[in-house]
Amino acid sequence: MSNGVDEGLRSELQKQGIWVTSLSDLYNWGRRNSIWPLQFGLACCAIEMIATAASKYDLARFGGEVFRPSPRQADLMIVAGTVTKKMAPQIVRLYNQMPDPKYVIAMGACAISGGPFKQGYNVLKGVDRFIPVDVYIPGCPPRPEALLHAFMELQRKIDGQKLSGTGRADFLEPERPSEFPVPEFGEHDLVPAKNDDIFRPPVVARQS
Amino acid sequence: MLDLAQIKTRAEAAVSGAKLEIIPNPGPANQPSLLLDHEHAVEVVRFLRDDPQLQLDFCSNATGVDWLDRTVKKTVKVKQIVEGEEKEVNQTTGENIPGYLEAVYHLYSIALKHGPAVVRLRTANRGDGARLPSLTPVYRSAEFQEREIFDLYGIRFDGHPDLRRILMWDEFTDFPMRKDYVPPDDFEYEPTPHDEVLERAKEHYPARPQVDGAEALTPQ
Repeated sequence: MSNGVDEGLRSELQKQGIWVTSLSDLYNWGRRNSIWPLQFGLACCAIEMIATAASKYDLARFGGEVFRPSPRQADLMIVAGTVTKKMAPQIVRLYNQMPDPKYVIAMGACAISGGPFKQGYNVLKGVDRFIPVDVYIPGCPPRPEALLHAFMELQRKIDGQKLSGTGRADFLEPERPSEFPVPEFGEHDLVPAKNDDIFRPPVVARQS
Repeated sequence: MLDLAQIKTRAEAAVSGAKLEIIPNPGPANQPSLLLDHEHAVEVVRFLRDDPQLQLDFCSNATGVDWLDRTVKKTVKVKQIVEGEEKEVNQTTGENIPGYLEAVYHLYSIALKHGPAVVRLRTANRGDGARLPSLTPVYRSAEFQEREIFDLYGIRFDGHPDLRRILMWDEFTDFPMRKDYVPPDDFEYEPTPHDEVLERAKEHYPARPQVDGAEALTPQ
């Protein structure tokens, strides 16, 4: 959170009516309270996303109401719904077109793992096979509260990102790629079927 | 609505040379269907649409069916002389039916409020002969549905105005709804696998060693 300002000194000064902050705190405060999501929905989760942005749940309370129809103006991609293999290259392309810093929320069971279509042939088994995901929300579909929670988690993550020095945020590293290869349509499946540079699932053992 | 036998008689009278066959459906639905021959299929269907008594003007659904090569066992009681005595013996014969693909159309009449009349077309085989006449010239609503059948079953419709894949991408070469389709080998972890999924899980993931607590109780 605070880079360089001693927490005790800061609260002491605040008692005296002097408000001290650091540049990175101010910068992250601005970034986290104005996250512009990319306006697209893929399936039923999109309806919950619309509800979240509408008056009852009101994503604007957290600064996320400016849904942009262009990836060039968006900070956040909410993957709301089933990503079919036919759609996957377009999703990656949209992600590549977003400017850094950019974040991804995988909303719902389908975007996380393929959901009920996981053992099928035509649905991507999780969007994290091709793009890095910051926050996963389970649910089928997740309620608007869950999306708000994910949004707040993302704000927490942005708030904790360092802007300089060692351990600074990923998007400030020049070597880190901000674009990922777009899969091709193959004869039987996408080619490649997953991006091994970013998709490293844990090895799990079967129970029976 | 006229029953299927009457429809068959009328259609055969109207379209000369048409060979129609009633396919019974002995299941609970008991919905028999009319099998059309390829040469006269379009004419017969056009007759079904234009006939004033039928006016089947709406094709609500077109779908495919895949029938693999199969053997139908028939048990017949045959009188045989066994050990000098005449006895009834069950004799089982197997009839090999080569596989084929089917397209099934459900026709309704909006004008007369009746239906459905179920119409079937069968391909010669499941390979090169998987071709059928398209009914899109008669029913425009069959266009996308026939494209879907082509996409998922691989039936080529002669006379279709725009036969391309509709759901899968153009580069895709398989037909996923065929019974012998093998999906790409990208199994992913499933917490509670069973049946087919369990078989695939066994191929891809090692089993966790069975620990039920007894192993922890080592004798002192």
